[in-house]
Amino acid sequence: MALMDRHGVIERNATLLLVGSLLVVTVGGIVEIAPLFYLENTIEKVEGMRPYSPLELAGRDIYIREGCYVCHSQMIRPFRDEVERYGHYSLAAESMYDHPFQWGSKRSGPDLARVGDRYSNEWHVQHLIEPRSVVPESIMPSYAFLKDTKLDGGNITASFVANRRVGVPYSDEMVESAAADLKAQADPNADTSGLLERYPKAKTGDFDGNPQALTEMDALVAYLQMLGTLVDFSTYDETAGYR
Amino acid sequence: MSAPCRPVPAAGLTSIGDEMTHGPYIIALGIAAFLALAGAGFAVDRPFAQHMWVLFFVLAGSAIVLMRRTSFASSRVPDLSAYPDPSAYMDGPIRAGSIATMFWGVVGLLVGVVVALQLAYPDLNIEPWFNFGRMRPLHTSAVVFAFGGNALIATSFYVVQRTSRARLWGGDLAWFVFWGYQLFIVMAATGYLLGITQSREYAEPEWYVDIWLTIVWVAYLAVFLGTILKRKEPHIYVANWFYLSFIVTIAMLHVVNNLAMPVSIVGSKSYSLFAGVQDALTQWWYGHNAVGFFLTAGFLGMMYYFVPKQANRPVYSYRLSIIHFWALIFLYIWAGPHHLHYTALPDWAQTLGMVFSIMLWMPSWGGMINGLMTLSGAWDKIRTDPIIRMMVAALAFYGMSTFEGPVMSIKAVNALSHYTDWTIGHVHSGALGWVGLISFAAIYHMVPKLWGRARLYSERMVIWHFWLATLGIVVYAAVMWVSGVMQGLMWREYDEQGFLVYSFAETVAAMHPYYLMRAAGGALYLTGALVMAFNIWMTILGHQREEDPVGGSATGRQPTLQPAE
Repeated sequence: MALMDRHGVIERNATLLLVGSLLVVTVGGIVEIAPLFYLENTIEKVEGMRPYSPLELAGRDIYIREGCYVCHSQMIRPFRDEVERYGHYSLAAESMYDHPFQWGSKRSGPDLARVGDRYSNEWHVQHLIEPRSVVPESIMPSYAFLKDTKLDGGNITASFVANRRVGVPYSDEMVESAAADLKAQADPNADTSGLLERYPKAKTGDFDGNPQALTEMDALVAYLQMLGTLVDFSTYDETAGYR
Repeated sequence: MSAPCRPVPAAGLTSIGDEMTHGPYIIALGIAAFLALAGAGFAVDRPFAQHMWVLFFVLAGSAIVLMRRTSFASSRVPDLSAYPDPSAYMDGPIRAGSIATMFWGVVGLLVGVVVALQLAYPDLNIEPWFNFGRMRPLHTSAVVFAFGGNALIATSFYVVQRTSRARLWGGDLAWFVFWGYQLFIVMAATGYLLGITQSREYAEPEWYVDIWLTIVWVAYLAVFLGTILKRKEPHIYVANWFYLSFIVTIAMLHVVNNLAMPVSIVGSKSYSLFAGVQDALTQWWYGHNAVGFFLTAGFLGMMYYFVPKQANRPVYSYRLSIIHFWALIFLYIWAGPHHLHYTALPDWAQTLGMVFSIMLWMPSWGGMINGLMTLSGAWDKIRTDPIIRMMVAALAFYGMSTFEGPVMSIKAVNALSHYTDWTIGHVHSGALGWVGLISFAAIYHMVPKLWGRARLYSERMVIWHFWLATLGIVVYAAVMWVSGVMQGLMWREYDEQGFLVYSFAETVAAMHPYYLMRAAGGALYLTGALVMAFNIWMTILGHQREEDPVGGSATGRQPTLQPAE
């Protein structure tokens, strides 16, 4: 076969082999990934999505740090059993501000995409401290140390700036008030009207049962309690969202 | 492509430079250690400070070790015999890489058994550093990047020199690649335990460790490509095509998938450049091709050298190798979306990913066929040569898991298998069966040659290793099939009134016996690796076990000729 004979040229030229294989392996990514950035219907039109509040973002960072995504997905598939078990199937719009995404790949534990508002704060705290005291079958590790660890909020403004640089639409006002909002959200005595204006539907008040201290437990529970609660599905057009 | 087996003068890790001063290296390490100390001092978050302390102690320790090896008596006449012959192959980094492969292999498998037991007995979690969420990335990175990566770097250096008949290009750069890669492993592993992670599966290390790996990887490409460029053979051998495409593609995947915005240059945290659905597909474009290029193309390169060499037969089909090489690297890249079936990824991308994943079956089996058929006319060696036996088993597991993969990429199948242990079982039949066994076989082949030993310490221990490993994989994969399918079916089971039958907690409880059995399968595999580590260590020390040769081998028991009556 003539084509096979010509392959000898590539076998004798390392540069050709290098460039050739690099070109061949770029094709798939360009065809599959690049359109997701410019096809407008990739992300559904929804009402209610907003960026994370400072406390939620701090909680999300803890969720990532502890590797929760290793056992918990945040992606409900459009199957009857999943929708009944976890709620409305997940939309791309719901993770549009997630840097990085937390869809997960394994369910050693249940999906958490809509765990927000399902349990009380007290339940979450107890569950994180001693999982088997509320779910006897659970195989989750204990995260009691979160309640004793003060939240390190020193970087929250820098985190907001970094998020803004990668495309999260944080306004100047949001960045400026990030440090104050971080404390206010978990403080039962704080005036949260500005916070709620900036971050509608944010849960406020003490989360970890200790109003005196702002702990990592406060942040993680605040994050868990907002998961999947933002999008207003009464106004969501399922047909238009299909792609 | 063969070279005379040269006895190696010094069996130490560094065959070069033992009698020299290491001045520039010590100074570089000292400066780096100082910068690490500065990083610890100026750190804006606690994990970064802890991580920089780790880095400081590693670098300062290395500088001290080098200083202690430096001979300051410059007037002394150097012992010329300690200098390597510059025309011979540079085997020092390969010897070091073989030992590192064994070491990290045992560590990675041990952590695997521990995390498997954590799933069965959650009280084994020790918060915060040894919780499952931090330990599992440690396990996957240790086996994929520490064990697999060291095996790939060591064998690629071994193969490229012998098939190019050229010494490694770049002098000490190969040592930089080796030690730089070990530093990457140590920083990645300690980072996970400290809670420093990007949460991108198989790409968890944070931005500064990623930058370091990029530097090491470019050096690796330079050494490998430089050696090919100065080859004395007109053709580039097929194994090197695979190694080269693996190195180049991993560079591309690594850089694109790890694009991120650090919060501070003295902080551990960064935010990914992409978000949500785009981020998900970028990650699984990377993730699947970490499998496709790191764990497949690279190890096919290994297979294309060591199987023909050990069997003493030429590669079965040159044409098949051309076709399946180009088809494999072209098709693999498209398969990422099958990790995102039925998610919020647009349907067109899912379907495209599924179609290409199914097509991928063919070039994958092309590699298996080419490997297995290389044994044509030498099939008897399965009986007489335990290393060949291991290679054949590796190819069989490769064929099995590259068939299972396309099946699982079919959307209807994936609807059941996704999120369950079936996926974990599939990964392990590939990782333990294909990657593990072919690497073990390559090390068994290389080590006696690298240290100038007539043979391995014990061939019978190789047989023990083979059966422990094979049994371990079979137990592991079979248990995970049952548990994965069971889990998937329990999640979707309805009763006659139309209610879900099981709560999620009940499905967790049902997994317990399977978690135990899978840990047992993993423990068998680990035991086999420990047997190997002992065998390799004794071979390196120069011992040979007194034992009956393997049955049926030429040197073994001959059939007794009966006199005709």
